[in-house]
Amino acid sequence: MENPIILLNKLFDSRVRLGIMSALMVNDNVNFNDLKELLQITDGNLASHLKALEENVFIKVERGFVGRKTNTTYTITKAGEKAFKAHIDALEKMINATK
Amino acid sequence: MTEQQQSLEAIHDIKRMMERSSRFISLSGLSGISAGICALVGSWLASPYVFGRKNLFIDVNAPFKKDYTVFFNMWLFWIAAATFIAALVSAFLFTYIKSSKEGIPIWGSSARRLLFNVSVPLIIGGIFLFKLVQYGTFGLVAPGCLLFYGLALINASKYTLVEIKYLGYCQLLLGIINLWFVGYGLYFWAAGFGILHLIYGVYMWWKYEKK
Repeated sequence: MENPIILLNKLFDSRVRLGIMSALMVNDNVNFNDLKELLQITDGNLASHLKALEENVFIKVERGFVGRKTNTTYTITKAGEKAFKAHIDALEKMINATK
Repeated sequence: MTEQQQSLEAIHDIKRMMERSSRFISLSGLSGISAGICALVGSWLASPYVFGRKNLFIDVNAPFKKDYTVFFNMWLFWIAAATFIAALVSAFLFTYIKSSKEGIPIWGSSARRLLFNVSVPLIIGGIFLFKLVQYGTFGLVAPGCLLFYGLALINASKYTLVEIKYLGYCQLLLGIINLWFVGYGLYFWAAGFGILHLIYGVYMWWKYEKK
């Protein structure tokens, strides 16, 4: 049997990226500040992980304004949803394989 | 750490993030207990007026007007309003304490979503009950409260700790049974808003907050 570890998506190795994807899976959209609060990390750290996900077209960014403040919200893309589900399946296989 | 443990941990992280990002989890069991106590005290205060041992009207000689001002002359109206406000304030207080202990801000998008989804059935129910009272159908007020509140809780369960769904179903059951025992509304009301809240509150406190 092939080793299921090769099915794991390298991009989701980081806990932060996994966290971002999880939050976006169950919410229509989440803004930057809510993500920061959920993950409890710095602006710069979060921004770099978001950038990586955005470059892979797993998430979509929408920049808007609430009053005069910028409000950036993130949505998961179809490709992102597919990749995330595949990643969970791979995790599941890993757990079952070693039983 | 083995690969298996790592995978399990990742799955656990995913689950936690999904819960935390979509649900308002600071709702305290003590809020349920305090709301239940308020409801029991309220129904105890209301019982002599409901069962006719005391006169319903504050100023007995006031001319009867067929509009909403008649409410302000009724003891029951003020007892109900005071019960509602006391329950709301005390419930808010305990949840506020819990959320500040856990360091989760109380007013986020999850709280906003929860509040909106509870409010829609409650406000519609409120308008409906207001009209029932206006047309003198007092017997349907208690089952109406239970039914709309039950629906509101089931709606809310998607946005907070999921156990609240079962509280909702129990309220609906009481409300439906009450429809066949219309004169006993106050007992059903006290059972639903008092006893069920107490049971739910103690259970939730036991499960999530007991040290």
